[in-house]
Amino acid sequence: MAQTQSGAEGKQSLPALLHRNATQYGSAPAYREKEFGIWQTWTWSQTEKEIEALALGLINLGVNEGDFIAIIGRNRPYLYWAMVAAQSVGAVPVPLYQDANAEEMAYVLQHCGARFVIASDQEQVDKVIEVQDQLHQFEHLIYLDPRGLRKYDHHTLHQYSHVQDQGRAAYDEWITDLNERRSKLTYDSTCVMLYTSGTTGKPKGVVLSNRNVIESAKNASDFDKLTEKEDILSYLPMAWVGDFIFSVGQAYWCGFCVNCPESADTMMTDLREIGPTYFFAPPRVFETQLTNVMIRMEDAGTLKKNMFHKYMEHAKKVGGDILDGNPVSTADRLKYAIGNTLVYGPLKDTLGLGRVRVGYTAGEAIGPEIFEFYRSLGINLKQLYGQTEATVFITVQPDGEVRADTVGVPAPDVEIKIDDNGEIHYRSPGTFVEYYKNPESTASTKDAEGWVATGDAGFFEENSGHLRIIDRAKDVGKMADGAMFAPKYVENKLKFYPDILEAVLFGNGKDRCVAFINIDLTAVGNWAERNNIAYASYQELAGHPKVLETIQSHVETVNKSVAEDPMLSGCQVHRFVVLHKELDADDGEMTRTRKVRRRIVEEKFADIIAALYDGSPEISTTTEVTYEDGRKGSISATLDIRDAAVSSVAAKLAAE
Amino acid sequence: MLDASEGYVTEDGRQIGGVVMEMKNITLRFGGVVAIKDISFDIREGEIRAIIGPNGAGKSSMLNVISGFYIPQEGEVFFHGEKRPQMKPYEVARQGIARTFQNIALFEGMSVLDNVMTGRLNNMKSGLFAQALWKGKAEQEETENREVVEKIIDFLEIQHIRKTPVSRLPYGLKKRVELARALAAEPKLLLLDEPMAGMNVEEKEDMSRFILDVNDEFGTTIALIEHDMGVVMDLSDRVVVMDYGKKIGDGTPDEVRTNQDVIDAYLGVSHD
Repeated sequence: MAQTQSGAEGKQSLPALLHRNATQYGSAPAYREKEFGIWQTWTWSQTEKEIEALALGLINLGVNEGDFIAIIGRNRPYLYWAMVAAQSVGAVPVPLYQDANAEEMAYVLQHCGARFVIASDQEQVDKVIEVQDQLHQFEHLIYLDPRGLRKYDHHTLHQYSHVQDQGRAAYDEWITDLNERRSKLTYDSTCVMLYTSGTTGKPKGVVLSNRNVIESAKNASDFDKLTEKEDILSYLPMAWVGDFIFSVGQAYWCGFCVNCPESADTMMTDLREIGPTYFFAPPRVFETQLTNVMIRMEDAGTLKKNMFHKYMEHAKKVGGDILDGNPVSTADRLKYAIGNTLVYGPLKDTLGLGRVRVGYTAGEAIGPEIFEFYRSLGINLKQLYGQTEATVFITVQPDGEVRADTVGVPAPDVEIKIDDNGEIHYRSPGTFVEYYKNPESTASTKDAEGWVATGDAGFFEENSGHLRIIDRAKDVGKMADGAMFAPKYVENKLKFYPDILEAVLFGNGKDRCVAFINIDLTAVGNWAERNNIAYASYQELAGHPKVLETIQSHVETVNKSVAEDPMLSGCQVHRFVVLHKELDADDGEMTRTRKVRRRIVEEKFADIIAALYDGSPEISTTTEVTYEDGRKGSISATLDIRDAAVSSVAAKLAAE
Repeated sequence: MLDASEGYVTEDGRQIGGVVMEMKNITLRFGGVVAIKDISFDIREGEIRAIIGPNGAGKSSMLNVISGFYIPQEGEVFFHGEKRPQMKPYEVARQGIARTFQNIALFEGMSVLDNVMTGRLNNMKSGLFAQALWKGKAEQEETENREVVEKIIDFLEIQHIRKTPVSRLPYGLKKRVELARALAAEPKLLLLDEPMAGMNVEEKEDMSRFILDVNDEFGTTIALIEHDMGVVMDLSDRVVVMDYGKKIGDGTPDEVRTNQDVIDAYLGVSHD
């Protein structure tokens, strides 16, 4: 395999890699962040100095080796530095989801026993202060943005830049200590602890060693031939393993530049300005982008509209093949080249994806049409399958072997086996060390030989050797008549419609399936605007008869396609309801990574499910909601329940 | 009640300074209608001062007197101890007073950035030609002013709409842009005319936080008119209550809340 990263071999910790980058790529940009409307840049050698100052400041504040330092905030260079500074002093960084509420935060802070917390701003500081009485080991809070914090009691509160200043001032006093601590770091030292969002139960702290992180980063970088010249945009939660591997692991291994957006809302603009070469996004981001493009094309003039549709049709025909290096006729290539000048190129630039060499989507299934759309434009978008416990990578799609319905072949150094129940197991250098303070869960997930159960059911396709995921193994059930029940399969088909944001299927152990549906406010709202349909709220739009009709037609089309699969034909949706509120992480209905918590939804909306099964035409219900600041309220609504036509499997078989 | 002595300390420990603006026996008439009847009160440095009252109580008229837009028939306005003469709006602005409006008054066709930049007008000294040619001092001046504006944009968290035309923004954000423009003038006294009118709960909370942060971060003295009693009581240090053009209460939120006249004005009283 091509070894692009000279000088990185044998470096067994991130601080060691940092030093290599500062020596080798000293004047190259390591971090950029847009602030006050301008991109601010730090080179690798500046970065090393900033991190060292912070590390010295942390020692000065009394951080011991083995301490846990929680890090809370949006993607900012300072917080990435905090992670590496924590490692430098022998402490363990624990990034937290910044949109978690105070109670969720309290659980994690208590579980890891964090003595120090580094928070981005007043909002996060307030949450920690709110729960600090429950935290026995908590001592110091370091904050980044001083706004609104001036009047706070500063006995245990410190400004980030002051900690750095104190570190610089105490250089002579602590530098020997720091060097000693850094030199003690090995491949087996803990690199980071990440809490899994947990679709069931409390979050678990996944301990990843330097070996896990560096080996995984190295393998994946080699696989995609990443170099120090890459640019990435870091906008996904810092607490998520993917961001840690891309923005820290791979960035340090390769020495490439991490770009941080100005704020969460400016991400799309910043994406366009940076034009990353290596890009990662959950399907949702691609869906939103595509929806926006389509909405804007609707508003464009006739000439542009026709040009767009004509060339997109051509791209659909040959774009994917050109990207995969399959034979394509010269005439088609020529037409594609013209299209590239007139449509694809400008469009990619507008999307900020003009320079993308390697793009990944993961986390959820992506709609085949969305996937093909991006690939047909010539964007090398691929899929991977991974989880926190594997330090991301389990399978990846190699260039030229990309398909919408599989997740690729085992990543380098990863072994995979599928047990009798269809559950996927893997073993790799990225396999996590343990769940922190939870030996039972560790033992039940990872066996003595290092095989980890993923909890996902899937199979290898015989001809291609690619892995296909069916569903979460525990979600796969049986219907009353013994047919297989795989909710995700149907939900994904529903979610591929831009109008449908979320769908939840029920039917395990029952004789038929029913579904909850959330509409997508952007897509449906736009449609309503075009059709002169006035609405005052999400709830009103969701209950509009015309919306219900559209959704019903989607459901029925999905039923037809589900019926074609003899194994899963029992999963057709017989009745459905469009929910009056969006499923939300603040209400506990989803995880912070936006995965539906089935059991909680099932309990919370038990009345609606009952109504779906007992044949009533509508249901009045009241639902408790939690606002962003943690206060509670409730909304009530009367929901229409719709029957959807199902395709008879028997009839289809008879016809054949 | 406070006497004229120098300042006081608020509940949350902020030091409030001396009198910035003093209204003495103000009476304002529109023809036969008496909008304000013999009202006196003061605004002190660094405080958040609210003027409340039922509809038609004369609150907006009072704010217009403070801003120098209306000239009262009787009474005097003292600004920093000096009696204020009749002034043009731009003269008022130069004195360090900025305001927002109840019915948003932004340039709808211009971007947010350009709108906020107009707030820096008094800090731009170079001439029309220099600005048009983008030469010498004009360039440097714009860079400096842009920096101030960018800090305000960051402060009010409106980076994502920096280049968006104002006409495309929802109401709540327009209000925030208006506040940004007022702040761009780096005022000593900021007048807010119903800053939360027509907002939902979350927008109100955001706006309250921004008002408190402005006061805390820049030490700006703020006078505001507001309908929402809950917001006023949480935000302000001292409150003037008006009813039918008269002052019926003046003091801390707690004092005002227990004032019988205020309770009567708000809840109504039986006349028997």
